[in-house]
Amino acid sequence: MSATTASRAFQPKDVAASRALGRRRRLVDQLVRVFCIIATIIGLFFLSSIMVTLVWRGIATLDWVTLSREFQPTAYGDPDAPRGGLLHAILGTLVQSGMGIVIGTPIGILVGTYLSEYARGSRFGDAVRFVSDVLLSAPSVLVGLFVYQILVQPVGGFSGIAGAVALSILVIPVVVRTTEDMLQLIPNTLREAVVALGAPKWKMVTLVCYRAALSGMVTGVLLAFARIAGETAPLLLTSFGNNVISWNLFGAMGSLPISIYQQANSGFPDLIQVAWTGALLITLGVLAINIAARILVARRK
Amino acid sequence: MFSTQTNPGHASPAPSGSFGRLEARSGAALNADSAIAVRNLDFVYAAGGPKALKGVNFDLPARQVTGMIGPSGCGKSTLLRVLNRMYSLYPGQIATGEVMMDGKNLLDADTDINELRARIGMVFQKPTPFPMTIYENIAFGVRLHEKLSKRGMDERVEWALTRAAIWGEVKDRLQTNAMGLSGGQQQRLCIARTIAVKPDVILFDEPTSALDPISTLKIEELIDELKRDFTIAIVTHNMQQAARCADQVAFFYLGELIEIAPAAQLFTNPRQAKTQEYITGRFG
Repeated sequence: MSATTASRAFQPKDVAASRALGRRRRLVDQLVRVFCIIATIIGLFFLSSIMVTLVWRGIATLDWVTLSREFQPTAYGDPDAPRGGLLHAILGTLVQSGMGIVIGTPIGILVGTYLSEYARGSRFGDAVRFVSDVLLSAPSVLVGLFVYQILVQPVGGFSGIAGAVALSILVIPVVVRTTEDMLQLIPNTLREAVVALGAPKWKMVTLVCYRAALSGMVTGVLLAFARIAGETAPLLLTSFGNNVISWNLFGAMGSLPISIYQQANSGFPDLIQVAWTGALLITLGVLAINIAARILVARRK
Repeated sequence: MFSTQTNPGHASPAPSGSFGRLEARSGAALNADSAIAVRNLDFVYAAGGPKALKGVNFDLPARQVTGMIGPSGCGKSTLLRVLNRMYSLYPGQIATGEVMMDGKNLLDADTDINELRARIGMVFQKPTPFPMTIYENIAFGVRLHEKLSKRGMDERVEWALTRAAIWGEVKDRLQTNAMGLSGGQQQRLCIARTIAVKPDVILFDEPTSALDPISTLKIEELIDELKRDFTIAIVTHNMQQAARCADQVAFFYLGELIEIAPAAQLFTNPRQAKTQEYITGRFG
């Protein structure tokens, strides 16, 4: 009895060993911190390098001329020749991205609603969710090829509609994901409270759940817009690009990414300069949309 | 506060030997003053799984408060969720037996669940205001079942908020978001939302467990007030609350109804040893 008591008696802590352990841990802590900071700096360096270069190269022609004129061929260095602009591309991007959002959003919201509210734990729902996630990371050129096959080749020509459809296919998985995620954040107690008043399920979803998830869902749509506004490959295969303003949805249509791609490849300094401005414009646009999305999310909290 | 009125329907002592199980009576012999009569109710959360409710029999007397007590997992909340068919939201959960209201078994497949829920309202543990204005929170439920003029709706909203003892606090901010109310106010808003639909029965599922003592007191006073017009069932973990609010109290344990009696009797002179042990704090 006394022996066990003695062996369990309080042992004073080995202060020297404890200090050594403390020193080692502080050292590891510092090392990890330094690695994290270095990694952050590397990331920020490339990001800010892109931003600074874009502003530096693009700001020179970020003016009313660029925003209000269509494409002009190179002036071959003639200072009196009219400079070209990007209005055709800006309008084309807005029209096609806008239509892509208009087509893709309702489909995405309905699928997301199905996954969240109707297909919990169902095998089919899991399959749909998996396919949607695959589509989310599918190379966009494949989407372009797909739409080329169904909407360009059969009718024998590129069209703004085909571009919009290709972009809408990219919108759908983004909206599906955010809609489902946002609806999943709604506590079941809220759903039960709605149903307990005698509301049918569709009213619960449309009148209460959508309202509770609204800002998150809008954020998803904004992010989808930001994503498709910069897409090049699918448009190259569907709306092809156009050097003049075109409101004809059944003909080729310009867009910012394609203008950047074509003019940057042209080899003429004045066209390359406009391409820089186009790149700056689209980056600022995407930045603005992302900031708007963040503000929406912040306001929800 | 204790009701001295006895309810002949359930005051009969349980036959000795059958531990706590009230004798099953057929649905035909209903009390005239019972709003809801539960007979031989069994419940499982999944087909073939263990029974969460085993052969429960009891009545909710009209315009009285029935308190339901018992340790966690005893089936009292489950029972509440059977009464308004809330469990039907979750496929796999099955209730068998009878829940009689106006001569109809609510568990029948042909019951119009939305109409049933308009007649049997529910207030939950956590306040659940809808993400809309205070006015819209009340009008939402009314609109599901009635078509009222703008004026009629205004009157109904004021009536419900007044009955829920919150009108004075919100009458100047009806068009502001309900999420901005305090927890106690939100819970009274939820009560107003429930009574705005004019149900016959209101089920309270631990309505004050998320609230501070002063808000709790307000809700308890409100329940006492509401029983003039509504039949009330309240699940609570707080035995003092059951003693304060309820006319009759039902004690549940492991899915069985052990004892149901007028509150004063159950808390001072319980017939069952298990009830005695629970109310004196020996378990649970």
